[in-house]
Amino acid sequence: MLGVGLSIVSLARFQFAMTTVFHFFFVPFSIGMGFLVAIMETIYAVKKDKVYLDMAKFWGKIFLLSFAVGIVTGIIQEFQFGMNWSEYSRFMGDVFGAPLAIEALLAFFIESVFIGIWMFTWDRFKPGVHAFMIWMTSIGTMLSAIWILAANSFMQHPTGFKINNTTGRIQLTDFGAVVANPQLWKVFPHVILAAFMTAAVVIAGMSAWGLLRKKKDENHFFKTSLRFGLWASLIFAIASAGAGDLQTQQIIKDQPMKFAATEGIYEDTKDPAPWTVVELIDAKDHKASGKIEVPGVLSILAYHKLSGSVKGMNTINKELHAKYDNKFGKDMNYYVPPKTLFWSFRVMTGIDALVMLVALVGLIFSRKKKDTIENHKWMLVVLGLSIWLPFIGNSAGWFITEFGRYPWIVYGLFTIAQAVSPTSTVASLLFSNIIYFLLFTLLGGVMVWYCRQTLHHGPYFEEADSKQNVDPFAKEAFGQ
Amino acid sequence: MTLSTLWFILIGLLFAIFLFLEGFDFGVGMATRFLAKDDLERTAIMSTIGPHWDGNETWLVTAGGAMFASLPMWYASLFSGYYILFLLVLVGLILRGVSFEFHKHAETRTGKNLWMWAFFAGSIIPPFFLCMILLSMVQGIPMDAAGNAFPKFFDVVNLLSIVGGVAGVLLSLVHGLNFIRLRIEGPLRDRARKLNQILYPILFLGEVVFAVLVFLQTDFFTKRFFSSLIITLLIVLFSLLGYYGVLKNREGWSFAGSGLALSMVIVLLFNGLFPRVMIATNPAHSILIKDAANSPYTLTIMTIVACILVPIVAIYFIWSYSLFTKRINPRENTVKY
Repeated sequence: MLGVGLSIVSLARFQFAMTTVFHFFFVPFSIGMGFLVAIMETIYAVKKDKVYLDMAKFWGKIFLLSFAVGIVTGIIQEFQFGMNWSEYSRFMGDVFGAPLAIEALLAFFIESVFIGIWMFTWDRFKPGVHAFMIWMTSIGTMLSAIWILAANSFMQHPTGFKINNTTGRIQLTDFGAVVANPQLWKVFPHVILAAFMTAAVVIAGMSAWGLLRKKKDENHFFKTSLRFGLWASLIFAIASAGAGDLQTQQIIKDQPMKFAATEGIYEDTKDPAPWTVVELIDAKDHKASGKIEVPGVLSILAYHKLSGSVKGMNTINKELHAKYDNKFGKDMNYYVPPKTLFWSFRVMTGIDALVMLVALVGLIFSRKKKDTIENHKWMLVVLGLSIWLPFIGNSAGWFITEFGRYPWIVYGLFTIAQAVSPTSTVASLLFSNIIYFLLFTLLGGVMVWYCRQTLHHGPYFEEADSKQNVDPFAKEAFGQ
Repeated sequence: MTLSTLWFILIGLLFAIFLFLEGFDFGVGMATRFLAKDDLERTAIMSTIGPHWDGNETWLVTAGGAMFASLPMWYASLFSGYYILFLLVLVGLILRGVSFEFHKHAETRTGKNLWMWAFFAGSIIPPFFLCMILLSMVQGIPMDAAGNAFPKFFDVVNLLSIVGGVAGVLLSLVHGLNFIRLRIEGPLRDRARKLNQILYPILFLGEVVFAVLVFLQTDFFTKRFFSSLIITLLIVLFSLLGYYGVLKNREGWSFAGSGLALSMVIVLLFNGLFPRVMIATNPAHSILIKDAANSPYTLTIMTIVACILVPIVAIYFIWSYSLFTKRINPRENTVKY
């Protein structure tokens, strides 16, 4: 990605990477936040413990901020396929449009309508009914993930289609196969569990900052939130790692090059395959050196058994040339960016392991019998800084998924270079890249600033405030 | 009727619903500067659409998705051809989308002002450029045989497209004021009516100019004279209905009239386009519905999905509106939103 010239394809790719990565900061966060806030409100509805109502309201504010930025950056994506990738839209329209339209009809309407109701009806419905609104919103966000991942899974592993002989474009033959794509049902749990983990880590981290303020009346609130966030972090970090392992099994089958690159393997490994912890990659000459290896572990990761070798990128490159040369020509480069994938994988898995560790230590320090976490300021600071980890991990995960598909936009069928709009110009792409960059800097900065401010005010700020002011949609205003 | 024609009509319907609903959202955003006199009123105006604007905007997202899912050649040509204008529309929608939450959280006067201006700008930019795109497109633009559109500067910026953009903004503003008359009580409600008494005559003048330009600059009246004429008259008629509601103080009539007038603009454009989706200056390069469409298999699936989901969406959508019917009074309550 770095060091690209100002060609139309590289500018369009950069813009897509920038807009999706920025969008994907907020998507998992919102999905996870909606789900966890829904759980908080449900606990309140069942147990009538007021601290859970306070939690749902307070973390609900953070959820709404994230949701707002997630939505506006999402609209870009829908327009972007047509704007920058019109050849892709023509080639893939028969398959890609349907999941996108269903996503809008099924998911976007649910989440946008019910979040509007949920925001303004705290005082109008019974707790259980009000919790139903956030559950609908949360279900909407998850349905949205299913459909957009269905479209993405087709791009990773096309199923249920044929190539139309007259147009040369993809034609859908089996919609059921698109929905039943094994990639989809491996990637969806991984993404959704990582989303839950993201929100959990943020809740735990912000609560840790809250506890550092040492305000007596807020202690119970932030302590409960912290424990809630830590438990959720631990559970979902383990679960997302498990789901990621299942996804790996699929990737070895469908996209061996992607898998070999995440493990930095150029030559076929011995049997059983050793796992490389770190190595120096020479992407130009297609070799790696300075390996630190753990024997046998890669066979376990790849096949869940103690034997079996893993194919290297050089072998796979030859195989792909043999398979695709008569269609795409001899000059294709089938190596995916090995450094990006190798290190992204280590960052992603490393962060997941770190989250497990930090959550576990946090839980031990804050356990009911011997709750001493306030005395360990360093621990609260570590938790507070951990907020940023899942966002880096999520981005690394998408890097693997998307860079690992190189050079194709639709695996084995259509290359990235073929997909770009013929109408694009360097000037217009440069213009849009700059505009988006400035906008995202503004939105990201303001969003973080307002989250910080919300935390600074604490959970009981609004209540003192609302004695003088009445919300336009509050019960008083409606006279109910 | 073929499935592809059905989807052409459905996309038109989705755009028409979008303009009806988001039209008043846009107008409400503009009213923060054209109607409100202080921050309290601006905030009250903003809060009238607080629970609704996101759902309303989803109709645009759905229309775009439906276009991609049923007539992808149209989607690809239109969005790539009008790259810069769609970018501006997006910038407007982004500013507008975050302004609600950010305005709520801003604590300084400068901060509140900034996001209120973002709300205003984000409410005036998208309708202007969306209408500009549509009215540039229907005049015919340079295209190649592969369906790529290469509109030159004056294909995009010309008298009809500018008048169309202004008309879209004006209609949205009038529609938004009619919505405010329904949702707010007190002096603002009367002022909105008074402002519309001034705006409607200007709107009628604009509609006449618009109709003449459509007659001169497009082939709508040569290709389908009667239907174009009738729909143009309907735009004026619905506007008159809105004006009647202003004069007789019938708010429901006003709102229905301005909303339907906005929707009729889409009907006029789609009627004139048919059976094409993109009009090229070289007629051989125009894209027809049948050439832009997906396979019958995909369209059948989409039709089934739409038949099941759209009614369900409509039910809870209308229900969500029924929850927020009490009028807002900016003076009695300090609006916190």
